[in-house]
Amino acid sequence: MDYTLIIAIATMGGLGFLFAGGLALADRKLRVEENPLIAKVNDALPGANCGACGKAGCYDFAVNIVEGNAAVNGCPVGGDETAQLVADIMGVEAGSAIKMYPRVLCRGGNSEAVSKLTEYYGPLSCAAMDIVSGGNKMCFDGCLGGGDCVEACPFGAMIMNENGIPEVIEELCTSCTMCVQACPRDVIEMHPEDRNVFVFCKNHDDPKKAKDVCSVACLGCGICARKSDGGVEMHDNLGVINYDKLDQNLIPFDKCRTGAIGHLRKAEESEN
Amino acid sequence: MKLFKKAKTFHGGVHPNEYKELTENSAFEIMPNPAQIIVPISQHIGKPAKPLVKKGEEVKAGAVIAEPDGFVSVPIHTSISGKVVKISKESNVSGAPKHAIIIKANEENEVELMPSLNPDTLTPEEIRARVKEAGIVGQGGAAFPTYIKLTPPEDKKIDYVILNGCECEPYLTRDDRFMLERSNDIIAGLKLAMKALGVEKGAVGIEDNKPEAIDVMSVAVQDEPDIEVVKVKTKYPQGAEKMLIKAVLNREVPPGKLPLDVGVVIQNIGTAVAIADAVIKGEPELTAALTVSGLGINNPKNLIVRVGTPLADILEYCGGVKDNAHKVVVGGPMMGVAQFDFAAPVMKATSGILVLTEEEIKAHEETPCLNCGMCVGVCPLKLTPTKLARYAQLDKIDEAEKLGISVCIECGTCAYTCPANIPLVQWIRLGKERVNQLKNDKKSA
Repeated sequence: MDYTLIIAIATMGGLGFLFAGGLALADRKLRVEENPLIAKVNDALPGANCGACGKAGCYDFAVNIVEGNAAVNGCPVGGDETAQLVADIMGVEAGSAIKMYPRVLCRGGNSEAVSKLTEYYGPLSCAAMDIVSGGNKMCFDGCLGGGDCVEACPFGAMIMNENGIPEVIEELCTSCTMCVQACPRDVIEMHPEDRNVFVFCKNHDDPKKAKDVCSVACLGCGICARKSDGGVEMHDNLGVINYDKLDQNLIPFDKCRTGAIGHLRKAEESEN
Repeated sequence: MKLFKKAKTFHGGVHPNEYKELTENSAFEIMPNPAQIIVPISQHIGKPAKPLVKKGEEVKAGAVIAEPDGFVSVPIHTSISGKVVKISKESNVSGAPKHAIIIKANEENEVELMPSLNPDTLTPEEIRARVKEAGIVGQGGAAFPTYIKLTPPEDKKIDYVILNGCECEPYLTRDDRFMLERSNDIIAGLKLAMKALGVEKGAVGIEDNKPEAIDVMSVAVQDEPDIEVVKVKTKYPQGAEKMLIKAVLNREVPPGKLPLDVGVVIQNIGTAVAIADAVIKGEPELTAALTVSGLGINNPKNLIVRVGTPLADILEYCGGVKDNAHKVVVGGPMMGVAQFDFAAPVMKATSGILVLTEEEIKAHEETPCLNCGMCVGVCPLKLTPTKLARYAQLDKIDEAEKLGISVCIECGTCAYTCPANIPLVQWIRLGKERVNQLKNDKKSA
C-alpha cells in the first residue's frame, strides 16, 4: 500500500493544528485591548482617508475622537450626517459644523484677462506655468486656468468652465481643501457657506496697470474701503474684506467700476 | 606648445549648432543712452536693494540709487543722469515683474566716478570694499554678488582662481569679444581677484572654438608665470562651474558642494573686466555688455548698453526684428528666458538678446517618454532627468530628492537631447521649487 498520500495529509494537517494552537495561544497571551469604540467610530467615517480633518487618515481620526483629542464634527467630508452618527456612538451632542466651501477669488477668465502677445509652450499645469513667466495671461496674481485644482479634487467637485475659471459643485464638495493647496497663486480660499460678498480679484498692480491686465480686476481705487467703515481694507492696491466688520449695506457695489467686489450668488443680489 | 595639447573636458554634454559666426567678428559698439531707464532693485541673487531716491528727485549718472539690504545684496547705481519718474513693479527679463526705479534722462552726459585706485598697493580688504561699492555681480548668468565670492569662509583653503572664458552657450560672443579687445584688463581683473583671495595660481579656460581668443590671451599672460590659458573642448555646458573645474584641474566638486570646497573660485570674463574697471577707472557697474543675435534680427551686434535700457530700444537700435522672428530670448538659447514684454530692461548680468526664427527653435509636439536614456547619457551631473521630471510631475518630492534633484544646474542638456520633446527642465525646476518649499515648511513648523 502506498502511504505517501496519507503521510502528506497527516503532516500538513498536523502542522496546521500546531500553528492554529500557537495562534490561539498568542491571541490569549499577547492580546492588546483596543477600545471597541474606535472600530465603531471608524466604521461611521467615510473611509476616504483624505486627511481633510488634519489627521493621518480616518482610523487616526477615530482614535483621536475616542481619546477626546478631536471634535465629533471634525470630519468635513462626512458633514452633519457623519457628525450625528459619531456623536451617537460617543454619546455626546453633535453640534452643527458650519460648512466651509472653497471660493475661487478671480473672475478673469479667457474673455476678461488680457493675454500676453507671446504664446506659452510647455506643460499646462498651473504650478509649472507659475515658475516660468506665468502662462499666457498678463496678470501675475490671478487664476492661470491650468486646472491644477480640478486635478487635485478627489471628489470631482471642481470643474473648469468654458471661460477657463474653475467652479465648485457644492453638492460634491467635501471641504477637504486639496484645491486650495494645489493653487500656486492662492486664488482659492475656504469660506463659510453663507458668506456671499467677496472681492473677486487678487491683483496688486497699480490702478493704471491693473486696467490693462484684466477687465474685472480690482483697480485699487479704494471707494469700497472708504464707504464701508472698516469692512474693506486696502492692501497694496487690493481691497481685502474684513468679515468681522463687514456691513453689506454700506458697500457701494454699483460704484465698483470693474465689479471686482460683488456677490457670489447672483440671485441674492437683488435682495440686498 | 600648450596650444597643441588635446582640449580637456568633462563627462556628458552636447554640442548644439553654434551660430557664433553671426557676431564673432563684430567689435563692441557703444549704444547711445536711452530716453528712459528702468532699474530693477533686484539684479542679483539675494535680498533686493533698498531704494534711496524718491519720485521727482534728480540723480546723476553713477550715483547710488539703492543700497544693499543684508549680507547677500549689492548697491544699485543709476546709469544715466535724469529724474526719478516712479518706483513700481515693472516687467522683468527674469519672467515675473519686479520692483524697479524708472529714471527719465536729461541732457547731462557726465558720469560720477569713484576715485581711481592703484591695483599694486591695494590690500585684499580694499579690493573687496571697492567691488562691493561698485555693485559688481557675477556675469555668468546667476548674478551672485562678486564681493561675497571674494570673501571665502576662513576654514576653506582656496588655491586657484579660474576665469571662465568658455562661453558655451550658442550665439553668445560677448566674452569672446572681451578677450579679443580687453585681454590686459581681464588679466588685471584676474590678478585683483587672486590678490583679494590670497591665491597664487590663476587660469583662464577657453573653448577650442575660439582660437583667436586663445592666442590673444596667451600673449597677455606671457609675463605671468602663475597664470595659464587652458584650452577646453567645445561642448555644452563646458562653462558650468563644476564642469570647468573638472576640465581645467581635474577636480570633482561633490554633489551639493561648491567650488570653494575644492579650493577654487570661478569668475566670468565679464566680471574680471568689471573688477578692473571698478578699481582702475573707478567705474561702478553701469553698463552691460551683450550679444544681440539670432537669424530674426536685422543687424546682429555686440553692444555695450546702459543697465536699465529697455529691450525694445536695443532691438530697434539693431535694425529691428525681421518678419519671420518668432521668439525673443534673454540670455543664451539653452538657459535663457523667453520674453513677453519688450519694455523689460537689461540687467547687470544680461549677456545676450536673441531673436530666433521658427527655423531655429523647431517647436515639436511632446510625445510619451520612450525610456531611451539619452538624457541620462548627456547629463553632465550624471543624474536621471527623465525620472526626476516624472517624480516632479507626480509630486513625489521625496523620491526626486533621493535621486538628487537639488544637484541639477538646469543647463537644459537633457531637454535639448530628448527625442520625445519632454520639457524636462521645467518639470525639474518645479520639483526643485517644491523641495525648497517643503524644507521651508519644515523649518517654520
